[in-house]
Amino acid sequence: MNKRSSWALPYFIFLLLFVALPLILVMVYAFQDGSGHFTLSNITKFFSDSDALGTFALSLEVAVENTLICILLGYPAAWVLANKEYNRSAVTIVLFILPMWINALMRTLATTELFNMLGVTLGKGTLLYGMVYDYLPFMIYPIYNVLNKMDKSYAEAAQDLGATPWKVFWKVVLPLSMPGVASGVLMVFMPTVSTFAISEFLTNNKIKLFGTIIQENINSSMWNYGAALSLMMLIIIGITTMFQGKDKEVEGGMV
Amino acid sequence: MSVTSENIISLNHVSKSYSGKKVLDDISFYVRKGEFVTLLGPSGCGKTTTLRLIAGFLSPDEGDILLDGKDISEIPPYRRPFNTVFQRYALFPHLDVYDNIAFGLKLQKLPSEEIDKRVRKVLKMVSMTDYEDRDVESLSGGQQQRVAIARALVNQPKILLLDEPLAALDLKMRKDMQIELKEMHRELGITFIYVTHDQEEALTLSDTIIVMNEGKIQQIGTPTDIYNEPKNSFVADFIGESNILNGKMIEDRKVEFVGHCFDCVDEGFGQNVDVDVVIRPEDIYIMNKLEGAQFSATVKSCTFKGVHYEMFVDTDKGYELMIQDYNAFEPGSTVGLLIRPSDIQVMKKERSCNSFEATVVDSTHVSFLSETFETEEQTRFPAGTKVLARVAFDKVDLTDHQEDGTIDGEVHFLLYKGDHYHLTVLTSEGEHIWVDTNDIWDKGDLVGVNIAKEDIHLCELQQ
Repeated sequence: MNKRSSWALPYFIFLLLFVALPLILVMVYAFQDGSGHFTLSNITKFFSDSDALGTFALSLEVAVENTLICILLGYPAAWVLANKEYNRSAVTIVLFILPMWINALMRTLATTELFNMLGVTLGKGTLLYGMVYDYLPFMIYPIYNVLNKMDKSYAEAAQDLGATPWKVFWKVVLPLSMPGVASGVLMVFMPTVSTFAISEFLTNNKIKLFGTIIQENINSSMWNYGAALSLMMLIIIGITTMFQGKDKEVEGGMV
Repeated sequence: MSVTSENIISLNHVSKSYSGKKVLDDISFYVRKGEFVTLLGPSGCGKTTTLRLIAGFLSPDEGDILLDGKDISEIPPYRRPFNTVFQRYALFPHLDVYDNIAFGLKLQKLPSEEIDKRVRKVLKMVSMTDYEDRDVESLSGGQQQRVAIARALVNQPKILLLDEPLAALDLKMRKDMQIELKEMHRELGITFIYVTHDQEEALTLSDTIIVMNEGKIQQIGTPTDIYNEPKNSFVADFIGESNILNGKMIEDRKVEFVGHCFDCVDEGFGQNVDVDVVIRPEDIYIMNKLEGAQFSATVKSCTFKGVHYEMFVDTDKGYELMIQDYNAFEPGSTVGLLIRPSDIQVMKKERSCNSFEATVVDSTHVSFLSETFETEEQTRFPAGTKVLARVAFDKVDLTDHQEDGTIDGEVHFLLYKGDHYHLTVLTSEGEHIWVDTNDIWDKGDLVGVNIAKEDIHLCELQQ
């Protein structure tokens, strides 16, 4: 090990202790019963538990819906923000990012109270509202980043070749901004699959998501089943990340 | 098809400003059908703005742009029958070579056999057959350039606009592409409007060159006209190497410079009129013997430049000249020099001294260029009178530090005139001050400007 790479040692130890070890523990616990013997029963229990499977499916459904709504709302917002004709100041972008600086739990609680005050029945609608509200900035920012950095000569070249502004968008701007969209999808989809606080507060625990079940199991000391459920979620997240990994260049950029 | 007499596009009194700064000032020119026209000038001269106005990415503040006699100022770029080759190519990174080239044709909804035929034909023309499935980012600069040209030409535009298309290529490749572009122009008969800052490229390629500087057209002409008969010292300095000297037209066909009187071929300047004289370094005959020579000089340096030697000499009256010759002359040796009458290019001086519009403040102060200057006491003009303040070029004093000057400015352009430098200083207010100095300054130097009170001469403002 040369001198320079030894600088990475503290980080490596940190990684080992706080990233690798917990993941290994999740794996180990998932394949053990309460007394520490190897078993597959936790996994088979999940696949035979219609409740858990139903929640799993619902979680995916909500995550997909949330991601789609975020794209539909976030893309136009990012486009307007990145367009110098409509937005000349960086302050507007900060305003869009600003809600992210407030604790998500506080925002969710405030939203719940707002719905209660207005007399809106809590349910799937309010759940989606809360999720979109929480995760929209994570969609806007990477798309904005890509659009903002995009060489405007591409759009000019398309116009020059006879494309109307609408065609310029469909044929050039949109395809070239896909890495940003992919980044946004990753940043919205993954946390929504595992969220539990939003569903707990915004549906008054009427709708349970997968994260809620994991939390309940672990809270009631069912460590092994909880770990098995976490493993399932990790697999889903792993698959999503692989989709992203195929994109040859990710210009999205995190917040 | 050769150049015809029919105008395809003309710009009439076009002006354009960006945030208050005029980048194009009353530009007028026309391009004939089939012509290869080059807009040539240093960066920031307005050449790219002119091209973008023609392409339709910008619209003029004043004036109009006519295509076949019809105003196209209001027509958006996607409906103009022009195509552009962009400086950085702007090839679509998400499409392969074929789809990049077919982009325009697909928008026109042509049948796919027709598209296929035309794409293949144009690929062959730019020698890029077999590359159609390649990712554009895997191509070299020269190959990307060819694809960019193919993508524009496949649409059969009435005019091909080229924005410094060869600037990103290395020298060898640039030379090859120049020849190919010229061939393409001849074969296709399409009008080319070409933007470059490279004077050699402009001289090689063009039928007509439009030299621009600071948003104004300096000269329009054929390459030989521009080279042999530069209209002003900017053009003479920008195109090729030249000796630019102060001179005096004694009478018709007689001009004095470097302390000697020469026969020349120019007439009609009047008698004893100050002029600028341009001598190309290859037009000075240099010889070992003094008989037959018009004046003598001492060789200061001699550098081999491949085809010729480049020498700097000090003349008998103390002027420095650049000479190019096939023979080398030893530094330190005395040589005889001769200039033929037809090789002396005499130009009218654009100005003989600085003159500023000024307002008298009181009997010892006057204000111009947004500052107040002390003058010698005068009673001719009462306070508040608008006058003209004249300052000779060599009476303007430049200092290293902007804070030491009454006005601050930046050295914008410099010209060596054989025994002194003639500088153009751009003040922070955007005004010009011209300065003659023996000190060496560089372009972009920040300077302070001072003018002594005895050097400001006030005179009546002529209406």
